[in-house]
Amino acid sequence: MMEKIQSIWNRFTSSRLCWPLAALFFVLLFNFFFTKDFFTIEMKDGHFYGVTIDVLNRAAPLMLLAIGMTLVIATKGIDISVGSMIAISGAVAASLIGGKLEYVDGVKTLVTLVPMPVAIFTALLVTTLLGMWNGLLISKVGIQPIVATLILLVAGRGIAQLITQGQIITVYYKPFQFIGTGYIFGLPFSLFIVGLVFGITFYAVRKTALGMFIESIGINAVASRFAGINVSKYIFSAYAFSGLCAGLAGLIICSNVSSADGNNAGLFIELDAILAVSLGGNSLDGGRFSLVGSLIGALVIQSITTTIYALGVPPEITLVVKSVVVIVICLLQSANFRKIVFSKWAQKRGIPGEKNAAKL
Amino acid sequence: MKKMQLSYKYINLMITVVLFFALFAAGSVLYNGFFSTQVLLNMLIDNAFLIITAIGMTFVLIIGGIDISVGSVIALVCMLSAYLLEIQHLSAIIVIPLMLLMGFLFGLVQGSFIHFFTIQPFIVTLAGMFLARGLCYVISIDTIMITNPFYQFVATYRIPLPFGNFISISVIIALVLVLAALYLSNYTKFGRAVYAIGGNAQSAMLMGLPVGRTKVLVYGLSGFCSALSGVVFSFYMLSGYGLHAMGLEMDAIASAVIGGTPLTGGVGFVTGTLFGVLIQGVIQTLIMFQGTLSSWWTKIAVAFLLCLFIVLQRIVVFRKERTKSIS
Repeated sequence: MMEKIQSIWNRFTSSRLCWPLAALFFVLLFNFFFTKDFFTIEMKDGHFYGVTIDVLNRAAPLMLLAIGMTLVIATKGIDISVGSMIAISGAVAASLIGGKLEYVDGVKTLVTLVPMPVAIFTALLVTTLLGMWNGLLISKVGIQPIVATLILLVAGRGIAQLITQGQIITVYYKPFQFIGTGYIFGLPFSLFIVGLVFGITFYAVRKTALGMFIESIGINAVASRFAGINVSKYIFSAYAFSGLCAGLAGLIICSNVSSADGNNAGLFIELDAILAVSLGGNSLDGGRFSLVGSLIGALVIQSITTTIYALGVPPEITLVVKSVVVIVICLLQSANFRKIVFSKWAQKRGIPGEKNAAKL
Repeated sequence: MKKMQLSYKYINLMITVVLFFALFAAGSVLYNGFFSTQVLLNMLIDNAFLIITAIGMTFVLIIGGIDISVGSVIALVCMLSAYLLEIQHLSAIIVIPLMLLMGFLFGLVQGSFIHFFTIQPFIVTLAGMFLARGLCYVISIDTIMITNPFYQFVATYRIPLPFGNFISISVIIALVLVLAALYLSNYTKFGRAVYAIGGNAQSAMLMGLPVGRTKVLVYGLSGFCSALSGVVFSFYMLSGYGLHAMGLEMDAIASAVIGGTPLTGGVGFVTGTLFGVLIQGVIQTLIMFQGTLSSWWTKIAVAFLLCLFIVLQRIVVFRKERTKSIS
């Protein structure tokens, strides 16, 4: 019996999801003791209400970004333009839908400028095209990912402002608001979007060879090319997909706050997305990746943010906490740091340092 | 052959300088009153802090790293100096050196993390960016106005030049820094080590150059430059606010790249960076003179230039590789 538990424990600790899950567990444990009603879920008007539901709902855009970012980072790239793409996606959707009040048959109704599916499709198309532009620069022209996406990061907010004419466009069209605030089966609709995207992506990367190709590109692009993998095609697709995810996240954010703000929508969220991926146990050097880990990473970030709000600490401190979390996680991931710290610790206990460090 | 390589190295710098003068000439032809020394000097006055930051960034880029914490450090310096001056009533003579020291130490710590723990520069400075921005809000959520007489004096004082032109003290600081950086990069052991490490860290180490020390010092230098830039920025804005200098790190990187410093390391010019900043200044001024275009066009134009220069650099590298393989 003991042995069995031991073996399960060993399997768990050697699993890549161990650290992200442990981080989430500690954040939740902290909340269990210190935040009132964190785990209470109530039924109101046929919806589930509660802090945990709220965390899930708010984490939805970040989770979407993290899914796209995971694939990009797995190819040894990075996409720092997702925040700008969120702003663009929101701006396109909001300006296409508009918020005109008109009288139809004597009833005051909100009329869209173009049908909503068209608006949503256009917004997603635009961000996917922008993602393709990133992919083109990186895979065909051979520019470093961080530089190539920097272009869109700088230009993106300008483009979003251009679309909205420098205004903050408000959208009161009910069906559009449903995307960010609606509920199905008592759960936020945005979660279903995340679930769908995650499901499709997970199936594609784990049940087909796609995931393996991406990992092999991340580990060694040149070797992968010689092995017959069409490297540039997959890198191109990863960025296009990241664009699509950013577009979806932009729609959720825009719909949630009923407005499109070219300046502030998704500001700094690219950093959160990278952090989520890194928290999820994925190396920023590419290669092996875990989509589930990234989702957990996104949840950890949102839980920390919500905890800070719930504790009544000024929300501005979030940034300080986040920076400390980033530093700690990076230090733990750094082989050099572990070698320096743990070998000393091991020496004290009389264990040969080298061996111990190697095991870690 | 040697002559060819030389021209490759300088081609971006040359294009930048030519483009700057072309844009300035275009503005002079199109708009009345554009062609004057004061318009040129105003570009320096309005972008002095960007020049200072971009110079620190140039060194970081030459060594093959990146520092995205600079904008936040500027905000932190503004905020902290406003707090110390206005709430703690400290003298400017104490506050300014303190800020510069803080920036330098901030950079050193970041550099140490990058070098000793081999964490990616992007991630370390990302954490630094969060930290500095967060600390701003810890100090105060609202704007703190600076009413200190010394700051007021520096902010409003204009150094008269012949023919009725003038510059601000910040411009002097920026230009002195440019000269110092030129000396540092071209005529010192440190400068040569920076280029060598950026070119190939492995061979630099085998050559016996102090790789670790230089790397950490370069980040320290960048931290110092951002702190100095923060001081200049607080002269310019006369306030401390958590949202100051938002996204400035990207402007600084863009300036360096437009000025012919690729992000791959090993190559870079302080003069190029100066012109990189000035090109952004010309674009701003052009849009201001045009009158109907909104300010976000600056961003789009800068991004377009950035794109152009990066692709150009890529082509240059391609051609260099090809000539190398042929010979």
